[in-house]
Amino acid sequence: MSTTGTGEAASGTGAVEMEGAALAFGDRTLWSGLDLRVEPGEFVAVLGPNGSGKTTLLKVLLGLQALSAGTVRVAGTAPGKGNHRVGYVPQQRAMDQQLTLRGRDLVGLGLDGDRWGTGLRGMRARRRKVDEAVESVGATSYASSPVGVLSGGEQQRLRVAQALIGEPDLLLCDEPLASLDLTHQRTVTELIERRRRETGTAVLFVTHEINPVLPHVDRVLYLVGGRFLIGTPSEVMTSETLTELYGAPVEVVRVGGQIHVAGAQSALCEDTVHHHEHDHTEPV
Amino acid sequence: MDKLFDVELTARLLQLDFVLMALGAAAVLGLVAGALGPLIVMRRMSFAVHGTAELAFTGAAAALLLGIGVSYGALAGAVIAALLLGLLGGRESERDSVIGVILSFGLGLGVLLLWFYDGRSSNKFGILVGQIVAIEQQDLELLVGSAVVVLIVLAVIYRPLLFATVDPAVAVARGVPVRWLSPLFAVLVGVATALGVQIVGALLVVALMVTPAAAAARVTSSPWRATVLAVVFAEAAALGGIVLSLAPGAPVSFFVTAISFTIYLVCRVIAYLRGRQRSLRDLSGSDSPRAAVRPS
Ligand SMILES: Nc1ncnc2c1ncn2[C@@H]1O[C@H](COP(=O)(O)OP(=O)(O)O)[C@@H](O)[C@H]1O
Ligand SMILES: [Mg+2]
Repeated sequence: MSTTGTGEAASGTGAVEMEGAALAFGDRTLWSGLDLRVEPGEFVAVLGPNGSGKTTLLKVLLGLQALSAGTVRVAGTAPGKGNHRVGYVPQQRAMDQQLTLRGRDLVGLGLDGDRWGTGLRGMRARRRKVDEAVESVGATSYASSPVGVLSGGEQQRLRVAQALIGEPDLLLCDEPLASLDLTHQRTVTELIERRRRETGTAVLFVTHEINPVLPHVDRVLYLVGGRFLIGTPSEVMTSETLTELYGAPVEVVRVGGQIHVAGAQSALCEDTVHHHEHDHTEPV
Repeated sequence: MDKLFDVELTARLLQLDFVLMALGAAAVLGLVAGALGPLIVMRRMSFAVHGTAELAFTGAAAALLLGIGVSYGALAGAVIAALLLGLLGGRESERDSVIGVILSFGLGLGVLLLWFYDGRSSNKFGILVGQIVAIEQQDLELLVGSAVVVLIVLAVIYRPLLFATVDPAVAVARGVPVRWLSPLFAVLVGVATALGVQIVGALLVVALMVTPAAAAARVTSSPWRATVLAVVFAEAAALGGIVLSLAPGAPVSFFVTAISFTIYLVCRVIAYLRGRQRSLRDLSGSDSPRAAVRPS
């Protein structure tokens, strides 16, 4: 990868370039024919019901999952090759209660957890950076508690700090707002938005709820049952387009600058039987 | 009973060469065991340590029979065990039973090998429960050499290893080579185990490799502090055990495990008292809006 750390890749190189990308497990196709180009500094929200392949899309971009067809490049190279420039907020899962690890240690791993050697030099600068990152997500009061005993929302804020402290050029967030209350949803969203504005970090933001990020979203990728739509929120989030995408009546209501999608859940009832949970194991 | 704590006799024995040699070996082992311990505990490898130690016993028994140094036999056995466990026990769900399978076969094989051996029977007993008095100059050299290698490798891989241990999903995403860090760590643990087998014996290695770290984890949640504490606890158990065993001439293993166990109990009590203090403070109208630690 030819980045200089400024976040701006060489001209013509997108943060993410996918062409004709398809992914299938056995005879089940998650999505196919996906052309997606994300520019540096662009904020793309990824929406869709459970099991539509949002997490798997991020795995592809991390180089943890190969495509069945098509090509993918991240910052101009094969995915997985420049992962220290990619920040990742994984979909929430409980952490082991017994871990000998404080919140601040989790954040610190995002800074230099992938480096070899002792890292004893520069400890002071490291401590300051970790303190700042912890502070920025409002986690100072519990940063010294064991991570295993923190609530889901508290862990989630630490994870955002962990992803941002590495100063990524591409940020992949898998439902980072889940289990956060409205105040903290705003804190986290604004942090990510600031990173994007100030350093041109591209953001792929998987979410169930578009409203908390709506003011920042440039484009929406909407995945439903093997089909998808890409466009600006005003293009994608209309009754006509979503009805066509779901293949069932869906009503999009706009109230006070917010978008509410009605009928999407029931439209999916017959479709959600075999993917009710995202508890498949990580490829470790 | 006053034989148990005869200070004068202990002081005199402490000047003997073989005692000093034993203390040197124990100090080295304590350092390595304490350094690896917290990661062993977090990776849930206590049973793997036990299994590896049994195979170190098999290797030592084979070495005894063949007339090569017991240290080399133990080392070979433990490293083979670590590789086997790494290869066969990749899946979490399978690891436990694979260790049981390998452990029992190795132990059985070792018993057969010892049956063939018709040298001094104290040697046989020694590799099961420790034979600190038998540490010789060349053993000590091998011990120090392997310990240095283990510590250097650990220092180099420490951060990625910790990352892969506590947060595998993100570690993988950041390009940490989780796949080969696990077997590499297993080999480090194997080497350390082989060292331990010669001092406290195959059956008791866990007292130095696991107990000190488990105790440390009770009183701190900082990985760095836990490592320092585990080293201190392991040294206390290993060195203290030898010193206490001198005057009565009783088995070292008892004292090592007893000290180690006592430290563990004390740490649990401290953790309990702290937890109670905290919940009392929270109950009596705490100033902080949230409890620092929730009940599990
Ligand atoms: N490695 C895999 N092998 C087989 N099926 C998988 C694999 N990974 C994911 N899936 C399936 O792909 C579907 C999409 O999963 P996921 O990407 O987690 O959906 P989402 O994040 O949109 O809820 C799920 O039904 C899941 O079971
Ligand atoms: Mg998902």
